[in-house]
Amino acid sequence: MSVVTLTINDELVSAQEGQTLLSVLQERGIEVPTLCHLDGLSERGGCRLCMVEMEGSGRLQAACVTQVQEGMVVSTHSERLVKYRRMILELLFSERNHVCAVCVMNGHCELQWEAAKIGMDHVRYEYLNPDLPMDASHERFVVDHNRCILCTRCVRVCDEIEGAHVWDVMGRGVNSRTIVDLNQPWGTSQSCTSCGKCVQVCPTGALFSKGATVAEMEKQHNFLRWILDGREKKIWSYENGK
Amino acid sequence: MSRTILIDPVTRIEGHAKITIHLDEDGQVADARFHVTEFRGFEKFCEGRSFWEMPGITARICGICPVSHLMASAKAGDAILGIHIPPTAAKLRRLMNWAQIVQSHALSFFHLSGPDLLLGMDSDPAKRNLMGLVEKFPDVARNGIRLRRFGQKVIEILGGRSVHPAWVVPGGVREPLSDENRSKIRRMLPEAFDIVGLALDVLKDSFDQFRDEEAMYGNFPSLYMGLVTPDGGLEHYDGLLRVVDSDGAILEPGLPPARFREILGEAVEPWSYLKFPFYKPAAIREAQGGRSTLHYPAGMYRVGPLARLNVCDCAGTPRADAELREFRRLAPRGRPVANSFHYHYARLIEILYALERIAETIDDPSITDKRVRAHAEVNNMIGVGVSEAPRGTLFHEYHIDENGILQKVNLIIATGQNNLAMNRTVKQIAQYHIKDGKVTEGVLNRIEHGIRLYDPCLSCSTHAVGQMPMVVEVYDAGGKLIDRVKRE
Repeated sequence: MSVVTLTINDELVSAQEGQTLLSVLQERGIEVPTLCHLDGLSERGGCRLCMVEMEGSGRLQAACVTQVQEGMVVSTHSERLVKYRRMILELLFSERNHVCAVCVMNGHCELQWEAAKIGMDHVRYEYLNPDLPMDASHERFVVDHNRCILCTRCVRVCDEIEGAHVWDVMGRGVNSRTIVDLNQPWGTSQSCTSCGKCVQVCPTGALFSKGATVAEMEKQHNFLRWILDGREKKIWSYENGK
Repeated sequence: MSRTILIDPVTRIEGHAKITIHLDEDGQVADARFHVTEFRGFEKFCEGRSFWEMPGITARICGICPVSHLMASAKAGDAILGIHIPPTAAKLRRLMNWAQIVQSHALSFFHLSGPDLLLGMDSDPAKRNLMGLVEKFPDVARNGIRLRRFGQKVIEILGGRSVHPAWVVPGGVREPLSDENRSKIRRMLPEAFDIVGLALDVLKDSFDQFRDEEAMYGNFPSLYMGLVTPDGGLEHYDGLLRVVDSDGAILEPGLPPARFREILGEAVEPWSYLKFPFYKPAAIREAQGGRSTLHYPAGMYRVGPLARLNVCDCAGTPRADAELREFRRLAPRGRPVANSFHYHYARLIEILYALERIAETIDDPSITDKRVRAHAEVNNMIGVGVSEAPRGTLFHEYHIDENGILQKVNLIIATGQNNLAMNRTVKQIAQYHIKDGKVTEGVLNRIEHGIRLYDPCLSCSTHAVGQMPMVVEVYDAGGKLIDRVKRE
């Protein structure tokens, strides 16, 4: 595989052809916020938090869905980018009813972490306060649409890893909603295997285990790596627990 | 010409309220009203949420007594699950509930009412606040802070944080008590006992100077309601509902709290956001033709420390029982103490009782047991949870669907149950002090103090520090402003 050379934040960097820009940034320890990206799942480019500036292009590009190219000149933390990232987070918070203080994921939530990291101390936009339901019909899990950011990790993990494709998205724009099968109560789904992968990859308190109370829910992504290592590299055990 | 006097806002209470005093043509007090001007809306916006979340959500109703809401809400959850929680979990919940009684009562006595009691009802309003108290009686102010800290610290040790701990959940509690934390609580107890002893001395020494207040600060017959143990002892966490009348006769000996609807009704008035709960059997009037009608103010009852000490047969701990005997001497033999001024005394006795119970429970060998949480699914569609909050009996009633999603929420808060009595108290004090329409600063403060007796908790805010501005406006019968006195 051939090597390409690009410039990131005024530094010359080599990368392999076909690599995404986000993976190069992560390899080099350059932290850009992400929400819809999750190692092991296909990229969606939906949350737009990993946007970078690219010389010669007026548009901002999402690093997770941009392949590295020879001679690329990239900037990851300009004033404009930080401003936009904060704006995106504020819009996410204003779009639904997150209310961190009483959330099952308070203190363990990726949306909350990103907001804290960027210094989002308040939301400048009017809250939409949509009237959204909770679906607690599943025996073990609950979906609370009030806390969904439409990252579609649940949709992708169910389709790509579990192979059940229970989850999908309906509607457009601000009215989009994740749905089970043909938009029915989760408890009535015949395709759901109750594996819980969707719950574990959900970055917020939108999907959680039934019976969890405030700040009690913590999620584990490790299983994705184990499944994929087995499937793709035939690695079935890890030495020293690694 | 009739006039209205307005006290807005009422200071040194938890929340936002105003008082209006209505004068008749001759300048005498015709009526007085305590208006609660804030609206929270928890009953409505919790609909559609899961009952599992309710302890966390309803705790946010209040920053002073979140523990009471946690208890009532988690108990309503226990009822929905249809389970008995592990015995150690019940003991741990009780520990936290007593700790809250200590911290909340300490706040009320030392910080909110202390300035009136120690500096005097007529003292300079600029100094009649916590800062004035610190200046003149630094030891008392410090003790108040230390005692409140004890309660807050115990809550923090048990629940991980002192305000809104998420530790109490349907099914029990989240974490057991470690040996190390048990020792921490034990070490803090002696100082707390010393402080409450001193506070009792300070209050009793001041009785002589408040003879006037004692006689007309909410001194009227009413019913009293509170939880008691099956043996009739003082109770704050579980137990049975008991109602006694002004003669000391027991009207309800021990109703299971889940059946509260059989005896309690709720009325609303257009001039206040606070509902008016009443005791139904006393409010029913036989009308002509054999049909009965409701006259709800006749069902007025009081809750809180005074009511709890009036309904119980005994406290159940040695020092609190000794104080209770002394307390009962304030009323004719066999009758309840009718005077709301003695809420202060009742509060201190309850602090003493709570400390004795904490000391006893912390020595229980099973208190550090690790099994503290039961798990179950939805088994009942309605759940009622009751606890004795510092200010009185607190009810949470949840109606859910088969998945545990709330369809209806009803909360009966302690302060609401004292609403009728607070209005009556304000009127009584106003009638005594306002003659021919003449109003002084000292009178206004006395009327406010009448409200502070009940330590009403109207929201989750504390206004303990500083003097809030007060405006008194006098209106004529046509609603025209004719006089305005302002206190900065």
